Amino acid sequence: MLKPAAIFDPLDIMNLDLTPEQQAFRDEVRAFFVENTPQSFKARVRAGMRLEPAEFVTWQKLLHARGWGAPSWPKMYGGTGWDPTQLYIFETEASKADAPVQFHQGLELIGPIIFTFGSEAQKAKYLPAIITGDDWWCQGYSEPGAGSDLASLSTRAVRDGDHYVISGQKAWTSYAHVANRMFLLARTDPDARKQAGISLFLVDMDTPGITVRPVVTMDEIHHTNEVFLDAVRLPVTALLGEEGKGWGYGKVLLDRERGVTAATTTRLAQQLRGARAAAATARVGEGCLLDDPRIADRLAQLELEVMALEGMVMRTMAEAASGQDSGPRASMIKVRWSELLQEVTEFWTELQGYDAMHFGAVNNAPLPGPDPWAAKGMLYSRVTSIYGGSNEIQRNIIARRALGL
Amino acid sequence: MDFNLTVEQQMLQDSARRYGAEHHVFTAWRARIARGEAFERKSWANMAELGWLALNVPEDLGGLDATPVETMVICEALGRHLMLEPFVSSCVIAPQLLREAGPRASELLAAIGAGEAMVSVADAEPDGRFNLNHVATRAEATPGGFRLDGVKSHVLDGGVADGFVIPARTSGAVGDADGVSLFLASADTPGLVVEPSRAMDNRVNARLRLEGVTLGQDALLGEIGQGSARLAQAIDAGVVARLAEALGAMEAAYDMTLSYLRTRSQFGQPIGAFQALQHRIVDMAIACEEARSMTYLATLSLSGAEPARSRTIAAAKARVSQTSLFVGRQAIQLHGGVGFTEELAIGHYLKRLIMIDMAFGNADHHRTRLAELSRQAA
Repeated sequence: MLKPAAIFDPLDIMNLDLTPEQQAFRDEVRAFFVENTPQSFKARVRAGMRLEPAEFVTWQKLLHARGWGAPSWPKMYGGTGWDPTQLYIFETEASKADAPVQFHQGLELIGPIIFTFGSEAQKAKYLPAIITGDDWWCQGYSEPGAGSDLASLSTRAVRDGDHYVISGQKAWTSYAHVANRMFLLARTDPDARKQAGISLFLVDMDTPGITVRPVVTMDEIHHTNEVFLDAVRLPVTALLGEEGKGWGYGKVLLDRERGVTAATTTRLAQQLRGARAAAATARVGEGCLLDDPRIADRLAQLELEVMALEGMVMRTMAEAASGQDSGPRASMIKVRWSELLQEVTEFWTELQGYDAMHFGAVNNAPLPGPDPWAAKGMLYSRVTSIYGGSNEIQRNIIARRALGL
Repeated sequence: MDFNLTVEQQMLQDSARRYGAEHHVFTAWRARIARGEAFERKSWANMAELGWLALNVPEDLGGLDATPVETMVICEALGRHLMLEPFVSSCVIAPQLLREAGPRASELLAAIGAGEAMVSVADAEPDGRFNLNHVATRAEATPGGFRLDGVKSHVLDGGVADGFVIPARTSGAVGDADGVSLFLASADTPGLVVEPSRAMDNRVNARLRLEGVTLGQDALLGEIGQGSARLAQAIDAGVVARLAEALGAMEAAYDMTLSYLRTRSQFGQPIGAFQALQHRIVDMAIACEEARSMTYLATLSLSGAEPARSRTIAAAKARVSQTSLFVGRQAIQLHGGVGFTEELAIGHYLKRLIMIDMAFGNADHHRTRLAELSRQAA
């Protein structure tokens, strides 16, 4: 377990027992991120914000050009084939350089389902364009009446000769307004047991009958939408895998969750750096906010909680590398990450004081003080304990699956 | 990135857990406490035989010179089974202070490893709170050696120790790092008054009064006036060992609570069917995972470089204290009335965790230490 010479700094690079090859890899990715992360991304990334869609595409194309378009995919589908340690190094170095997380809905959600359960034709048609950034996928899962209880979804898919006809309404469809593809769950058998009648479809967004209505969220950003499906006719080849088995395909993602949570949690160091810088630069009389021991203590509290989470992620990745099961830890990490993202960005906004009120320009007059990203990031962070299975649902899952209650 | 134990470390872990489960059953523990005994000499001899007491003793003195991981593995079992043997004081902290510190220290170190001596460090003084440099005890040079006068307010396991490492000031002012020297004194030295007391976790600690304690030249450990850094390093090792102990204790409390939720029935169903309780125990499970991760990080960092080493240990002490007290308190709450009784182990775990939090600086103390270190690093 321990090499006595190991140097260890949990908030800096995890310099743990890296082999010479891993060190060379770290230097390589570090150089890439330092040289290639656009300056214009950094302030928003540090605040935990998502980039604009066009910027995500730019970033994806940059990574693809370097051969790193799909860091978590196997080589045979165009991925890097990296092991968990390499993935962890990659994400940690990205975090240090204020580089963004890749947009995940194609790469981490539908891509792996396609390469695991899709037909050869589907693999050939869809996988390359996810890696190049030419396709943007959105997720048609939630509905107005099916949020946490997703399996109660009521969108119908009715077989009509060589077609399925889909009717219903999807909610919280992030980036449906920019996506050219959607993967959606619809009920093919209304009489089957709840989960059993659900199928997964791959949809082109320009198919007639699809209407996208924007939903602006409290951070004043248009990330998400409602999607109306009015007798949308899909060829039978749009069905992924078998009819009625759509619900089960998501299970393949459980094993991959560890990588996704690692990618996002390494970014908490970015928000901590931002908050610390805000405390160090905010002048109060002769000194700065960080001179106040109450402020320094609160910051230290957040720092040590982030360290504990970082430790959980490192253990999880180490277990993945040696083929061990981490039980429910991915769910635990999601809960703690979202809670901490909220606390850190809330604290950062508080540290800004009146500057946090400089939210939007009026008559194109320049905003006084620092840019408003910390406040926007703080508002955006509210959704992180809701999306991807709310933290309450995560606790239900842990209680049932891991604790056997 | 390898957090896995080696095969040998796993064997040691299995052996420690098995020893705890076989020899430290709670009913026997309780009976022993009722007799006024924190631990049995026989158990200490067993641990010596198993090699545990020599883990941190150098090889040339018959020890094993093991890594901090072996210490972690043993301490986890001590916490899990509420064992009260003075392992951390005698076999983790004292060896750090006695290494390469002269022939008398080496002799004592060999005796510790063989289970023939117990040594505690007297690191705390009145009005000093957790500041290791708050040393008002004076050591005056005499023709034959030194004369020590002062008070040590709290000595971990001091009531069972045969000897003490005593920091005393040979120069400088109270609070200075420079001028602190370390002395070795056996418990029966004339003028050394040991006032034992039992803590809520049933550990027998002590207050020391030093009234003209006369020591020879060979009682000085290391360089005169240069003991402060060595003391801090030794206490850090002790802190990390106690984190592992806290981890073992909190996981035991968590396990007992989970099994209680499965078996205790109210309103016609196991109480674990209630969502309010499910979410609470999930938060306890998360707290255990955080504590385990922090304990690993702290253990690894002991062999690492500054400033990461101190930052990680400070953060770990704070976080393990916070999470373990949360688990200990919720364990009682979820057990309801029986959790509040003396005859169930659950309350004893909380008392143990409260005492570990207080040892060598509580969570707030170490959080402030982290804040200062982060500031220096920035």
